[in-house]
Amino acid sequence: MTDTQYMAPQTLDEAVTAFAAGGEAARILAGGTDLLVQMGAGMVNPGVIVDVKKITELNSIEETADGGFVVGAAVAGAVLEEHPTFGKVWPGVLEGLNLIGSTQIQGRASLGGNLCNGSPAADGVPAMVAAGAVLTVQGPNGRRDIPVKDVPTGPGKTSLAPGEIAVCFTFPPRPAGSSDAYLRMIPRTEMDIAVVGVGVNLTMKDGVCTDASVGLGAVAPTVLLVEDAAKALIGSKLDAAALDAAAAACSAACNPIDDKRGTIAYRTKVAGVLLKRTAAIAAKRAAGV
Amino acid sequence: MAKLHISTTINGEPTEYLCAPDETMLDVLRNGLGLTGSKEGCGSGDCGACSITMDGRLVCACLVLAAEAEGSEIETIEGMADGEALHPLQQKFLEMAALQCGICTPGMLVAAKSLLEQNPNPTETEVRYWLAGNLCRCTGYDKIIRAVMDTAADMRGAA
Repeated sequence: MTDTQYMAPQTLDEAVTAFAAGGEAARILAGGTDLLVQMGAGMVNPGVIVDVKKITELNSIEETADGGFVVGAAVAGAVLEEHPTFGKVWPGVLEGLNLIGSTQIQGRASLGGNLCNGSPAADGVPAMVAAGAVLTVQGPNGRRDIPVKDVPTGPGKTSLAPGEIAVCFTFPPRPAGSSDAYLRMIPRTEMDIAVVGVGVNLTMKDGVCTDASVGLGAVAPTVLLVEDAAKALIGSKLDAAALDAAAAACSAACNPIDDKRGTIAYRTKVAGVLLKRTAAIAAKRAAGV
Repeated sequence: MAKLHISTTINGEPTEYLCAPDETMLDVLRNGLGLTGSKEGCGSGDCGACSITMDGRLVCACLVLAAEAEGSEIETIEGMADGEALHPLQQKFLEMAALQCGICTPGMLVAAKSLLEQNPNPTETEVRYWLAGNLCRCTGYDKIIRAVMDTAADMRGAA
């Protein structure tokens, strides 16, 4: 048997102290949809489990005065879905999060957990990368901000230092004519892991794309920000030539694995196809259609 | 290992139990409290046979630590009928034979009840997506979906 300890501190400072003191055997419990599976499979045997769901800052959603959002790292998918405005401003980020697992999983799974679990195929991450979201972490040496794109460093690995806890995500204010979308390819219609996932964030003015950002998942050791795809879209009317160039940039960025869900060749091709479809949805939303 | 003392509410009844820090809610329900209606299918959140609600939110009991239930409101399949009077979903599942072996049924019922509480008039697509995390290896799902749709219609008519 283990001698696991469980604690549910009310404050972030207490959580940071306990998590740091627990060292490598400490685990953060947000929704637990990865942690409890790993524990059940005997993959991890935590010395201390720090449940962060009683800490207000990790569990609140705030719309800031400038139109940005601050979303607690432990906010469950179903809770963010029920927020009156977040999903109108960031529909792509929300649909990425909401694609994770079943209704039951949505009652618990969080953006912070999805990011820190470090899966290259994490559905919550590509749209956050495209959104330019920033993760605030707090650890024994204080607080710092990390762009979401710089958090994953490899399968199961992140750039969080030992003892650091994901606190909240900041989403920037949006210019008029902006929206986003996330699509993933899976071999069925629900309850599967992405073969490719694409998040596209766009700003359109008079039919011209004035700003764009593309996040690509499941085709490399980490989720990627594909700057060449964004460059191909910016300044265009999202015509066929621009979309072809952006799709080619996504395919070129791929460095995927061959596995039972998809071959390297398939993932590479689908990355381009999905870019086009996702950009079309984001553009339609940005136009308010 | 030091056990934790947890005070919670299960199906409206104040309940206390001792649990290990890494014990799941499902294990405490089934082994500690004798509430064996919640089933363990996969133990990894894939099958939904252990569906319960925690503070009104549908979750898999296998993915909740028993220690997390401190101060919360848990509802299980055992709280669904009102004494001998079955919930309309339970009655309809019987009438329409929306089950065969029965292992998935408690989870299906808890999940379907949670859906109808927040959406009394779901489309068939909404029912199918809502129940996508409840696996059934017998029925092919069709009778279950029709039973939920029929119950929703009945309950709207009665309201």
